This record gives sequence, structure tokens and C-alpha cells, in this order.
Amino acid sequence: MSPNYQSMDPAVVALQGIAEEACCPTVFDRAAELKPCPIGSTGVCCRMCGMGPCRLVGKTDRGVCGATRATVVARNYTRMVAGGVSAHSDHGRDLARTLIETARGEAQGYRIRDVQKLYEVAEIMEVPTKGRKVEEIAEDVGRKALAQFGQQEGELIYLRRAPKKRQEIWRKAGIAPRGIDREVVEAMHRTHEGVDMDAEHILMQALRCSLADGWGGSMMATDISDILFGTPVPLNTYHNLGVLKEDEVNLIIHGHEPTLSEMVVAVAQTPEMQEYARSKGAKGINLAGMCCTALEVLARHGVPSAGNFLSQEIAVLTGAVDAMVVDVQCIMEALVPVSQRFHTLLITTSPKAKMTGALHIEFDEEHALDIAKEIVKRAVDNFPNRKAKVVIPKVVSPAIGGFSHEYLQYMQGGLHRGSFRPLNDAIIAGRIRGVAGVVGCNNARVPHDEGMMKVIRTLIANDVLVVTTGCTAHASGKYGYLLPEMMRDAGKGLREVCEAIGIPPVLNLGSCVDNSRILTVLSQVATEGGLGQDIGDLPAVGMAPEWMSEKAIAIGTYCAASGVHTIFGVNNIVSGSPEVVEILSKKWDEMLGGTMEFIPDYDEMIQAALAHIDRKRAELGLVPWDPERYGQSGGDELMEKILSLPPEQRYLYSRKVVEERVAEQV
Amino acid sequence: MSRYIATRALRGANMVVREADQLLKQAIAELGPDAKVEFTNTAYFLPVIYGFTGRQVTKLADLEPVLEEAKKLLHPVPKDKNYLPYLGETLDAGVASLLAMEAIEGIRFAKGEEPMPFNWAGKGMVGGSFTSPEFEGAGAGDGRLNGPIDDIQLRAWGIQLVDGRMPGFAAIVGCAKSNEVAVEIVRQLQQRNILVFLSGNVNGRSIIHQLHEEGVEMGYDTYIVPFGLDTMSAIYALGFATRSALTFGGMKGGQAREILLYNKYRVFAFVLALGEIDDLKYAAAAGAISYGFPTIADTVIPQILPTGITSYEHVISMPFDDIEGENDLERAKRLVQRAIEVRGVKIKITEVPIPVPYGSAFEGERVRRADMRIEFGGKNSRCFEYLRMRNMDEIEDHKIVIDGPGFEEVEEGGSMDMGILVEVAGRKMQEDFEPVLERQIHYFINGASGVQHIGQRDITWIRISKAAAQKGFNLKHLGEILYARFHADFGAIVDKVQVTIITDPKKVAEMLEVARKAYDYRNRRLADLTDEAVDTFYSCTLCQSFAPNHVCVVTPERLGLCGAYNWLDCKASYEINPTGPNQPIPKGTCLDPVKGYFTGPNEFVKQHSNGTVEQVALYSIMENPMTACGCFECIMMVIPEANGVMIVSREDPSMTPAGMTFSTLAGMAGGGLQTPGVMGIGKYYITSRKFISADGGLKRVVWMSSILKQQMREELQKAAEREGVPDLLDKIADETICTDVDGLLPWLEEKGHPALMMDPIF
Repeated sequence: MSPNYQSMDPAVVALQGIAEEACCPTVFDRAAELKPCPIGSTGVCCRMCGMGPCRLVGKTDRGVCGATRATVVARNYTRMVAGGVSAHSDHGRDLARTLIETARGEAQGYRIRDVQKLYEVAEIMEVPTKGRKVEEIAEDVGRKALAQFGQQEGELIYLRRAPKKRQEIWRKAGIAPRGIDREVVEAMHRTHEGVDMDAEHILMQALRCSLADGWGGSMMATDISDILFGTPVPLNTYHNLGVLKEDEVNLIIHGHEPTLSEMVVAVAQTPEMQEYARSKGAKGINLAGMCCTALEVLARHGVPSAGNFLSQEIAVLTGAVDAMVVDVQCIMEALVPVSQRFHTLLITTSPKAKMTGALHIEFDEEHALDIAKEIVKRAVDNFPNRKAKVVIPKVVSPAIGGFSHEYLQYMQGGLHRGSFRPLNDAIIAGRIRGVAGVVGCNNARVPHDEGMMKVIRTLIANDVLVVTTGCTAHASGKYGYLLPEMMRDAGKGLREVCEAIGIPPVLNLGSCVDNSRILTVLSQVATEGGLGQDIGDLPAVGMAPEWMSEKAIAIGTYCAASGVHTIFGVNNIVSGSPEVVEILSKKWDEMLGGTMEFIPDYDEMIQAALAHIDRKRAELGLVPWDPERYGQSGGDELMEKILSLPPEQRYLYSRKVVEERVAEQV
Repeated sequence: MSRYIATRALRGANMVVREADQLLKQAIAELGPDAKVEFTNTAYFLPVIYGFTGRQVTKLADLEPVLEEAKKLLHPVPKDKNYLPYLGETLDAGVASLLAMEAIEGIRFAKGEEPMPFNWAGKGMVGGSFTSPEFEGAGAGDGRLNGPIDDIQLRAWGIQLVDGRMPGFAAIVGCAKSNEVAVEIVRQLQQRNILVFLSGNVNGRSIIHQLHEEGVEMGYDTYIVPFGLDTMSAIYALGFATRSALTFGGMKGGQAREILLYNKYRVFAFVLALGEIDDLKYAAAAGAISYGFPTIADTVIPQILPTGITSYEHVISMPFDDIEGENDLERAKRLVQRAIEVRGVKIKITEVPIPVPYGSAFEGERVRRADMRIEFGGKNSRCFEYLRMRNMDEIEDHKIVIDGPGFEEVEEGGSMDMGILVEVAGRKMQEDFEPVLERQIHYFINGASGVQHIGQRDITWIRISKAAAQKGFNLKHLGEILYARFHADFGAIVDKVQVTIITDPKKVAEMLEVARKAYDYRNRRLADLTDEAVDTFYSCTLCQSFAPNHVCVVTPERLGLCGAYNWLDCKASYEINPTGPNQPIPKGTCLDPVKGYFTGPNEFVKQHSNGTVEQVALYSIMENPMTACGCFECIMMVIPEANGVMIVSREDPSMTPAGMTFSTLAGMAGGGLQTPGVMGIGKYYITSRKFISADGGLKRVVWMSSILKQQMREELQKAAEREGVPDLLDKIADETICTDVDGLLPWLEEKGHPALMMDPIF
């Protein structure tokens, strides 16, 4: 039977039969039935006022008010950016609040885990630290972070983390964001009916607004999460539905914020809760994550990931999920009917997000531990209610997670010599051709995981080091690409570097807000020397082959504004206006050295990425990439074999001789 | 790292820290916590510990917190599968090993077990004090090895190490394949002035035993220092390195990162691991890598070739039998050569070993026919010079071949054919640099007293005086000069230099053909080097120390105003020093091809002139002209009455039609300010196609210092022809014709100077 489920994930495909049996349609079925609106998908549907919606197709090149296609497409695009920036930044805002409450001792169960990082952030934010208590510093950092949202004038503090040249470019272009909320509000205002009616000008606000995300809300979300929950270091973990356990209480934490999930992790591990689970006939409590929440707790605790965006309903189909706790973003409303069909208890927790038909247990930091306990208890209580046959696909892949930019620096020299010199050296020498951030969502309009994995496979084979976040990080984990052993699929030069450090060719940098880590890494690479002076000088690309959310558009836009050549897949949402296509590519390239392009064909997307990397190499005067130049490192395998020879046979003065002896022994 | 090396180093680190811990406990039980711990005659306590932690260890109890810190740097060995990254962890564990190793040596000193006893048995001794004179019981005759180097010797050697007179040190650990090999390795290092530190053993046998058996003298005087017979004593090499940074780098104890980086950039040391490598050696080697010191092994081990912690490769395996060579001695030589390459040790030759005086003072010296012993080139013979790039493995450093007879048989005053073939290799060498380097042969050879060099390429003309020949100067010495000077002046891009002097007429003819093909190729390439053909210009901000707002934009058709840097030189300079004063400027978009406005240079100049210069027109003197520092070869200024420009040379003290002399004009032209109508330039810019091309080009020149006309007559004539006025030079006035406008105008009228017929310059 050829599956209707358009997915590369065998665990997903395996459960299609269950869904059919239960007459339970999922996202894959709905996508097959409901086609995307052909007008809206090119960006030319304007529904900003009561005179419309105006659909600017065919001979219609102006709306009722006279708005041109370019204006309409630019407005729609900018509103998507504003939506994405709001989501990430609100996440950052909540963490700033949690930090303040923690500092005051008002947040139950929270503490400052990474004092070192607090000091570093305090320094950037110009919060005095000398002779002050950690709590005082933390409160000030939290307040300063919070003030960034309402700030009306000046510039966001974090902009100064960018290379100097980049800051100048922003100032010159007039897109240095003043305050996070202000930029979102202005984006909404300017795209309101009858305000800004020049596509290029409208899109300038999209850029400024997006920077308030990448170098504002998201970056603060990452930093404060590190302060509160610890800066990630590499650890072992697992990916895919096979992490669910038939004989344990399976509790899936799904959504985006780490605040509640951290507490759930803490509570689930207590002997009290484990004992309670046993009293209900389960062998224990098994936590698994989904979407970005998963990546937050994976990076810090190794909590395994059950899957990415398109797997959420499928997880419920296993019949093994006793509770699914969700907070905000990327949660499908379809979870309600699916969980009702099975026994899964769906719990909403955010004061901002309820779902009709789901149980709502509202979360607040003051009672965080108690609420987490109640949630875990509810999950355990639901264990005996399993009714359907439990079918857990035996599909699971081990992986390494937990890379942060702090660790990237550490791993290239240790405590005393950590820097980005080895990476820069490798790029300069051509061992590494370039760096790609392959990130972003799943999208039911294209086969699940297929595009992102094709891109990643091809890039690493071409000596491009890949960093990943979000749903793409999940996918990389599912197919084994987050394992160091996968360096065998990398090009020779990249393999040498992976081998020297002991890393996979694809590095999981965390959740979507952690794309800000990529910005920090790129800034550090640019300032390390030898590769120009700015992010825009680097042989680097950003790609989101299967994007779907507004957040992705916000990320893509702030990448472009930061000097990254950015390529999105699936569908060109600005294709309705060639003028806007031109602005996003050519004009932005001239002004910012970064672009935003939509290339649905994966091969074309890869070619464009490699061509850009090679162009940047040439501009930097670096040697052209040559796949055959390197690869003479290594020899571990031979050494292992030599050790299996009897000592008198180990003639080490000649590789030829000892290789022959090893061969003889075999 | 490779996982294998990481595993073994981490295992070794865990082991040695544990061992140190046990030894310390025993020693404290035996001697008490206050028992003195000190190395021989040093003010830096236990220097590695002091450097990394800032702790001043003077007694056993002081070592306890050190070992606690070491333990924090330890990590478990990587798993067989799904392992976590290991490089940072291994390097940390390497540092932990160094702390533990030095602690162990400290404990041994407390117990009186260091320096290690050694039976010198009457040979291989170095007389007098072997190590520190104050150390009781020291000296080879007293049956001890050296142990750590004392501060006095550190000062004597260290300063030479960090200022480059001494190229580096080799920490040899283990035992060579044979005594013969051991001796040859050490001799090869000695020949290059490289310090040799000996320690360690393989199955109980050390290179110290080998050298001793062969009667090699060891000691400070011979640059060979036997530290000890076990791996622990290798720590003294790193103690020496650490103290170099403390003493000469002005660092303080505890500034670990700064000390390590100082060593990476200033102290050219490497580890030569001879014989099988055990866990502890791997751990110590990991510690050395943090200093930027790579390891070269003569056995089969995994290689770590990517760069970064060290400047070049981290770990190299050169299984001894697999090294190409006729015999073991040759293999030993190659091994040392490779080790030097891997660390990037630059052999610096300060003295050119030839029998005649050498220096730039002799550059202008002439050898007249009457004084001439022999000449190459000129009327009666052929002579050429040709420099080409080769791969590192294709040539041998310091190989000088004379292919054909010497000049001894040629009668006095006679001539013979000669070809000079210089072959260079280097990691940073590029084909583009060949002509730049080849052009240096002229200066290098001219530096020898009694040797004259004229011309270049296949019109080279070299004379050797009778006096020089009498002192013993021969063809080989030409090779010595070139070898020494290329290393000294271009060490950053050249790692190996091989010279072949060809005198066999048939071979001269053959090689000349090869050389001519190369000249031809370069000509065509140089001709292609127009501003349009490249997409990058270069900056020069060398002079910002005194003209902080000045930026030179150097293009293929406009060289730097000082005349010293053309586009290729800047490119080479950037390659040599990527963060230096010559940075690539992407042209960006061409805004005006006539005046020469490009977005790239505009942005760059604005940024690097601190905002004082908004934009620059590369091809105009009238509009946004390029600024100048003060080093210009010439100043040009508009003479409105003549509808043209005048150019005065730095060498011309006379009054000019502008009413000012060079030195008065210099005040207007320099300082990084844009003054339309005035510009400082390099003299070869005058002959460029792009010479104020926006304002009419060479035809605008109405007056020019006569010295320029003389110096560049040929080039100027060609340029005049190109501009369609072949007799232009005769129409340009100079200071011998007039020094004021009143004299200039009638003269121009009389000659019919084209500027008078051109569009108004304003």
C-alpha cells in the first residue's frame, strides 16, 4: 500500500492505518482535500478593509482603494513579519517577567542556574554587577529586558552585539529598531488601509520590525532561558515516536516556552510522582517533547523528542499518550478531536491560549511547581484509561543535542583557548566551504521532512557545515544527522573538521527563538578575523525549505536584514508582485548584503545556496572550494586494528608494513 | 583531535592527575605539608602552574588546590558510539595533565629526586656547571640530568626566541629508531639554531641514552638540554615557554589565555614524538597543543590536520620507514624539515654567508669594465633570471645547484651565459607573487660588494669584480644570497627556497625558453590587469599612524601615491597579513566609469577616513580627488591659466609655475584632506591609462620636473603615443624652461601644447 501520508518519516507512515481504522483524519488528509487559496498564496488578496477583500488577479491590478499589487503584497508580507515578531517577542517578554519574579523569590521552583551567563548579559545591558547580589543583578537585567519592549526611542541594546559594520548598515538604512512593541505597532499601522503605499517603504518597516525579533525578543528569550535553566552543553538524546513507552505514563510537552516544561521535568522525576505512577500500574513517567518546547528541554535535560510539527496528531494515534500539555504556538486545533477519539488528555496552560474542548489548567509562575504537579498527576491518572490498542512504531534515533554558541566556542579550544579561529581557518582553507543555517517548520503542502533532509544531505556532502533549529532540528535528529558518525556522509574537508572536534556535521542549536544563537555565532565568526568584517561578508546562507509559520517569515527577514542570503521553499508568497520579488532580492542585497528569496524547487534552492557561498568565497579572496583537496586526517580505525595485533607484530615505523600485518590477521 | 587520540589523552590525563594526587598525599605524610617545593633558580615558582592558575607554589600543601583545579579540567573518555564532542574537553584535560606533571616534578624536588640521576660515565659531559651553578650537586659530572632551565639561561635564550633570532625549540620525547638517527635529528636542529629539549623514553630507552652513547655533548653550550628520562620532565619545556611569556611578554601568573596565545604567535616550538606514544605522552601533547605547539610523530598515529589551535596542522604522523630517502640519515633530515614546516618555524638568516661584505649600502655600486672579472649578459653573452613557485614536496630548502662550469676557466674580463632559476614554495605562496618576488633578485644581488646587477628577466646583466672574485666569491654565493634574503624578507610567504645557477649553454637555452613562456604569460596577465578586469581594489592605511583620515585606494591602474605599493603588492601584502593595512575593497557597483566612482571604495573610504571623506573619484583631480598622507612621489596641481596640470617630483627643489615649491605644496596635498585641483601621486601613475582620465589624461600635463622626464622617458613616450600625441613630451615644460606661469604660457603656445585646445578644465 502506498501511503497517503506524504511523509518521509516511517513512524508517521506506519500509523496511517490506525488513523484510517479510527476514521480519524489528520493534517495529511486535510491537506490533500483542502487546496491552498491560489490568490492568497501569491500575496495579492487584500483584506485590510470592509471594501474588499480585493483579489488582484488577471487584469485587476488595483484594489478598490487603488492599492497596487506591490502595495498589497508588501502589506501582507509585513503583517506576517509583525505576527511572527509578536510571537517570539511575547515569549521573550514572559521570560523577562519570570526572571524578575525569580529574582524576587516569587516564582515557585525557579532559580538562577547560570550565574556566569547572567553576568555576561548584565554587562551587555550595562547592569552593574560589582559587589551586588545575584538576585539584584537578575532583577535589574529582567527590568532592563522588559523595558526594551516599551522603549520608544534610541536603539535596542542587543544591536551592539552585531559586528560594527552591520550596525552602521542598519543605521544608514534607518532600520535600527527603537523598541520591540513600537516596531510591531508601527508595522500594523503602516499596513492599515490608506497609510503607507510604497512597497519598498512598507518593507523597510518589515525589516526594522524583524530586527526587533532577532536582535530583540528572540535573543532575550534565549539568554534569559539560559540564565534561568542553564546554558546548554552537548548531551545524548533520542528522536521520534519510538521514544514513547508502552508501560509508562507518556506525557508530551508541546509548544514553545520552557517555563512550565522545566517544572514538569523537575516534578516528573521526583520519587513521589514515580511512586504515584507505579500505584496506577505504570512502570514510571516518560516525558517526551514536541516542537520547540521539546528542543528547550532536550538541550538542557536530554528529554527525548517525539517529533516535529506534523507529528503532533500522529503521536496521539499511538494510543500511548496519556497527556499532552501545550502552551503557545504551532499547536493544531485538530488535537482536540484526535485526542477525544483516543484517551489522550489535552491540557492547555497559557493564559493566552485556550482550545475549545481541551482541559485548561492555567499556569502562573507563582504556583509553577504546584501546577506542574497537578498536570503530571492528571497524566498519571489517565494512564489506566487507555482504551485503544497501543501501537508505538519502533522508530527512534539517538542524537546529540545541546549546542549553544558558548559551547561552540569552548569546543574549538577548551577553557583556555576557546575561539572561532579553527572554524574560520577551516573556511579560509576551504575544508569547510561555507556555513548554512537550515531551519524552519514542517509544511503539509510538501512531503514531511523530505525537502529539509535533501538540502541537509547535499550541503554536508559539499563540505557545508549545517546548524539547525526548530522542526528542522527534529528532522535531522530523526534521520540520524545529529550523530557524529554521520560525518562519514560529509565531504572530506568537513569530515576532517568534525573528526578533529568530535561533532556531527549538523549541529542542533535549539528552538526557533534560538535562531538568535546563529546570529551570535555569525557575529563571532565575522569578528574573529580573516573572513571580512561583517555577517554579510561570510560564505553563509539561511534556508527554510519547509517553512509555514509567520515566525519563519520574521526569522527569514531578520536574517536578510543581518546580511544573510536567505532562501525559503514551499511557495513564493510574494510572487504576485515582481516588484516586491525584486525588492526582497536585489534591493535588499544592495542595501543590506542580505536577501529573502522563495525557491520551491529543492535542487534549485541548493544550487542557489552553493553559488552564493562560492561567490562570497571569491569576494573574500579565499581559495576556491575543491572537494578533493583535503581528507588526509584520521587513522583511528587503523589504530584500533593495530591494537588488536600481538605487541611484537605492531611495527609502527611503517604504515605499509603494519597495514599488511593487519590485513593478514583479518 | 581524533577520537582515538582524545581517548588516549583523556585516559592519560585522568591517570597522571590521580598519580599526582597519590604522590602528594604520600609526600605530605612523609615530609609534612610545609616541605619546600622549588625548581632550580627561578623566580616563577612552578611556572606552568603559576601561568595557568596564578598560584605561587612554595611548599607541598600549596599543590593541593592546584590538583583540585586540575581535577575540574578532567573529562570522561568519549564513548564508542554516539559520542559527545571531545576537542575542548581533551585540551582541558591536557592542561590538567601539565598541572599534574609539574606538581609531580615539584614533589620530586621536595624529595631530592630531581634532577634525575644519570651515569655520564666520563663522556658526553659538558664541562663546568651543567645547570644552575647554585644548585648543589648539579653538573654533569655529578651524575644528574639537567632538570628545568634556570632563569639566567631563560633570559639568554628566551629573548632570542621571542625576537626571532632563535627560530624555535624542539621538545623531543622518546627514543629515536637508532642512535644514528638520534644524532642526525639533533644535528639537523642544531644547524638551524633550534634549541633541543630532551625527555621521555620508550621501554626505558631515551634519546638521552642514544646521544650519550654516541658521544654527543649535551648542555647549554650546545643547545641540547637533557631534562629527564621520563615523560614528566617534558613539562620543563612548557615551563620554559610559560616563562618566556611571563618574562618577555609582560604577562602575569593566571593570565592563561594570554600566555598561551603569546606562545602560539611568538614561540615557535614543536613536539617531536619518537617511538611509540603512550597515554601520558598523548595527554602531554594535548597540553602542548594549547600552547600552539604541534606534535610530529615518527610512528603510525592518527593525524589531525585542520588548523586553528595551532597555526598549522595539529598532529602529523610520519612513520619513519615510509619517509622517502636513500637511507635513515636522509629520512631523519626530512623528518626535521617537515617538523619545521608544521610549526611554521621561520628560518631567519641575518647574515649572508658570502666572502664579500653585504648590505644595502652596496646596492648602488658599479663594476667598471676595467675592474671586472666576469660578466653575464650584456653584449657578449646571455643572462636571465626566473623565479617560479613549486609545491612544498618538489623542492628542497637551501639546495643550491650549479649546473655547468664555474667561471674560473673563463679569461679575465670575459663573459659567459648564465640562467638563475629560483624555485620557492610556501603555504601562502601564489603564482601571482612570482613576478613580485622575481623583481627582488635585482636588489638582493646588488647588495653584495663587488657585484653589479642591472635589468631583469632575460635582459639581466650581472658583473662580478676582480676584487670579489679574489676574495673567493663564486656562483654558489649568488645562490646563498638569494636563499638568505628570500627567507629573511619574504619569510611570511616563502617556506622553501631552492636555487639553480645554470651555466651549461645548452641548458641555459632550454631554461630560457621556459622562462620566456612565463614572462610572456605574465605580460599578458599584467596587461589584462585593468581596473575593469578585477572586481577588487585594495586599501592602504599604512600611514594612518600619522595621517589618521587618509586611505589610499590602490587599483591595477593606479598605484599607491608612495610608489611602493601597486595592486599586486597590496594583494600579496593582504595574503601575508590578512588583518594588515591592505584590505580588499570590493568594487561594488560602478556609479561613474569616467570619473571613477564605485560604491565599494566610497563606503570603505568613508568608514576608514572616520567620515571625513564621503566619496572619492579615482580618475579625477578636479572632483573628490583621492587624499594623500604625505609620502607622495609627486604632487600635481592645476594651472588654470594653462588649462592643464603641472607635476613636481619630490626630488625637484625648484620653484614651479604654481608659485610654490614641492615642500610648500606638500602641506596642501597631504594630511588626508580632499583639495580639488591638488593631488599627491606615485610617479608611475602618470603613465597609466587611468591618469586623471576624467579630466583629459596625460595631455593635460603642461609642466613636469625634468627628473621625471629623464627617469621615465621610455614609459612616458609610450603613454604619449597611446594618447595620440607622440611628440607630447617635447611640448611639456620643465624647470629648466620656466618656473612661473608667465614663462609657461608663451612656451606652450609656441609648442602648440594640446591642453590649450582642450575643453576648459574647470
